[in-house]
Amino acid sequence: MTQYATEVSRIRTRTSARALAVLSLGPLTVLGGVAWAFLQPWRVTLLHPYGQGFWWLVVEPPLLVVLAGILFEVFVAPGIVRDLEESEG
Amino acid sequence: MQPPSEHVHWLFATGILFLGLLLLSEAIVGRDVWRRRPWRAYLWPSLLFGLGVFMWPVMVFFTNSTVHMLAHSAWAQTMMVAGAAELGLVSGKLRGEWWKLAVPVAFAVSGAAFLIHEANPWFYARSAFVHHVCGWTLLVGALFPLGAAFKPRSWVFNTGFALVFVAVAVALYTSRDVAPIFGHLNTSAGVAHR
Repeated sequence: MTQYATEVSRIRTRTSARALAVLSLGPLTVLGGVAWAFLQPWRVTLLHPYGQGFWWLVVEPPLLVVLAGILFEVFVAPGIVRDLEESEG
Repeated sequence: MQPPSEHVHWLFATGILFLGLLLLSEAIVGRDVWRRRPWRAYLWPSLLFGLGVFMWPVMVFFTNSTVHMLAHSAWAQTMMVAGAAELGLVSGKLRGEWWKLAVPVAFAVSGAAFLIHEANPWFYARSAFVHHVCGWTLLVGALFPLGAAFKPRSWVFNTGFALVFVAVAVALYTSRDVAPIFGHLNTSAGVAHR
């Protein structure tokens, strides 16, 4: 491998690592929410909805964590990664 | 129809967690890449400003005591000022470097607000513990945005800044109205539920 090819390879590896880090934030957050739901299922009132009030049905912390992860992964992360690859491409 | 206090904490935790994710990704890719799309530059300052706006109904409806109201209103104001200052800096309408101190000041005031409006000791109940943790996390964590104000490209300061939000979100998610903390629950706190 030439010196130039080695440099390009190093840059691409670094870019990929940063892109991977950004792309992993959403799934890790979702994973955290799912793990929490398994550890404390009583926090997910949808699993036992009868007799629950409005707020207990709407605000369910593990699902909110999952929602935050999904929103980030769908609406924010792809654009960041595209811009990252363009800037270092 | 007013939500229980713990639900309000969880809703704010979600906004703060999302804010933390935005800041963490900005710290990872760097400010230049983050600001390649103009709308993205405005994203987290707008969210911070919005969280400040949503703090006002909390001040109005959760009137347990005068100090609660004062703490919530001080908190709402500083969050809005910090968000607005960052919006001004991003848009170029504010040029003074000192505006960058709005965020660390907001952290410090928010931390103080958490600590001042919590009259009970750490192990009184879960909510007391959460308020103490959030308060000290924000007070000590103010060093990160303070450092970032002087060294805006510092990976350590920017990552620390983001992780403070994530830590506060995690703490807020554990908040309960009446629940034990590490086996401690003061009898005057009430009966634990669920």
